[in-house]
Amino acid sequence: MGEGKVGLASLKGRHFVDALDFSPAEYDLLFSLAERIVESPEEFAACCSGKLIATLFYEPSTRTRLSFEAAMLRLGGKVITVADASTSSVAKGESLADTIRTVAGYADLIVLRHPKEGAARLAALYSPVPLINGGDGAREHPTQTLTDLFTIKRSKGRLDDLTVAFCGDLRYGRTVHSLIRALALREAIRFILISPVELRLPEVIKEEIRSANPKIELLETEDLEVGLAEADVLYMTRIQKERFFNEEDYIRLRDSYVLTRGKLEGAKGDLLVMHPLPRVTEISPEVDEDPRAVYFQQARYGMFVRMALIATLLGVV
Amino acid sequence: MLKVDRIQLGIVLDHIQAGKGFLIFQELGLSARKEPTALLMNVPSGKLGRKDMIKISGVLDLDLTKLGLLDPGITVNYIEGGQVIRKVKPGLPERVVGLIRCKNPRCITSTESYQAPIFTLVDREKKEYECHFCGERVRV
Repeated sequence: MGEGKVGLASLKGRHFVDALDFSPAEYDLLFSLAERIVESPEEFAACCSGKLIATLFYEPSTRTRLSFEAAMLRLGGKVITVADASTSSVAKGESLADTIRTVAGYADLIVLRHPKEGAARLAALYSPVPLINGGDGAREHPTQTLTDLFTIKRSKGRLDDLTVAFCGDLRYGRTVHSLIRALALREAIRFILISPVELRLPEVIKEEIRSANPKIELLETEDLEVGLAEADVLYMTRIQKERFFNEEDYIRLRDSYVLTRGKLEGAKGDLLVMHPLPRVTEISPEVDEDPRAVYFQQARYGMFVRMALIATLLGVV
Repeated sequence: MLKVDRIQLGIVLDHIQAGKGFLIFQELGLSARKEPTALLMNVPSGKLGRKDMIKISGVLDLDLTKLGLLDPGITVNYIEGGQVIRKVKPGLPERVVGLIRCKNPRCITSTESYQAPIFTLVDREKKEYECHFCGERVRV
C-alpha cells in the first residue's frame, strides 16, 4: 500500500496526452485504484470535493464527455463544460494557448477534445494544471486505451500472456494503434491482425512495436474466423465508408467483417469481445446477449478508470 | 586553380556537398555582411570528388542546428591568427525548433501559427524527423 501511494503521488500534476506518457507500472497503479473504486465507490464519493474540472470540447463527443463528467461527479467534484468550443472563443479568433491559460485559471484540471492532431500536446505546453487528452483528431485517445486495458485487466486478471485479435480498420483506427502500442510493452503478447489488405496496420507501427518488444508475435490475416480460434480478446472496430474510393469495395469489406453468433462458435469460452463504440453494423445485435460480449461493460469501466485518473492527477488519493 | 586569401579571423565552412553552397550562403544571410566572404563552388576534394566551401572573415554567430540540417556532412573550422583553433561537425540535429514546417494539414501547428514547430530526429540514416505534435514524419 505504501509503495502504491508513492507511485500514485508521482502521477500528481502530470498531463495525459499520449497512451505512452505513462509506463506499464504507472498504468498498473491506476488500475489498482480503479479496482478499489469499482469495489467500494462510496469510499471515493467525496474525494474530489472542492475540486473543479473543465471539459473543453472543440468537436462533439457525447460519450467521452459524459464519461468524464460522470466520473468527476461521482468523485464529489464539480464540472464546467463547453460542449462546442469551436463556436465560441475560436469564432472570436482566440488561440488555443490563450483559451487553455484562461480556463486553467478557473479549473483544477482540463479535459480537451480537439479535431486537430497534436492539439493536446500543444495545449499541455501552456497548461499549468493537468491536461487530459480526450481525443485529438486521428492522433490519440489515451483514456480509451486506459479503458481498454482496464477492461482486459479486470476481466482476465492480467495484461500479459494474451493473444489479442484486432479486426476491421487497423490502418486508420486510432484506438487500435494506441492499444497495440501499450500492449506491446507487456510480456508474452501475441497479436492477430484481421483486416482487408487495404486497411492493414501501418508498417511504422509494426516497426515501433517490434523495436519496443522484439519478442512480439504478429499474425496478419484477412479471415476473421482464422483469427478468432486462438484469441483471448477480440477487439472489433468500425470500417468507415469515407476510407474507400468506391462504394462496392466498402460494402464488400464491411460485410466480410461482421461478427455474428455463428462466427463466435469456434472461439474460446472466455474470449472477450470488445469495441470502443459506437458500433454500427460490425457486431450483430444477437452477439450482445453472449456473455463474452463486454463492450457495454467496457464503457462503464471507462468511467471508473477515468475516476482513478482524475483523482490521481489531482493528487487527492 | 582559383585562389582565395587565407583568413586571419573567421570561419571556414568546409565539405559542403557540391551544389549546396549557394543555398547555405543564402540561408545564413551572408550577402548582408560587410566583411569579406567567399563562396567557392566545385572545389576538387579528395574525400567528396567535388565540394563547395564558404570562407567568412570576421566574427559570426552561426546557427549550427540550421547548418547541420542543411548539410549534415559539413565541417565548421573556426580560425584565429590564421590557424584552425576548433573544428565542429554539426551533423543532423536531434531536435529542431522552428526550422521545419509540418506538412500535415491536420496538424495543430497548421492553425496555431504562434507555436514554433518542433521536430525530433527519428531515423538518422533516412534523415527522418517526427513532428512533436502530430507525429508526422518528414525527410530533410
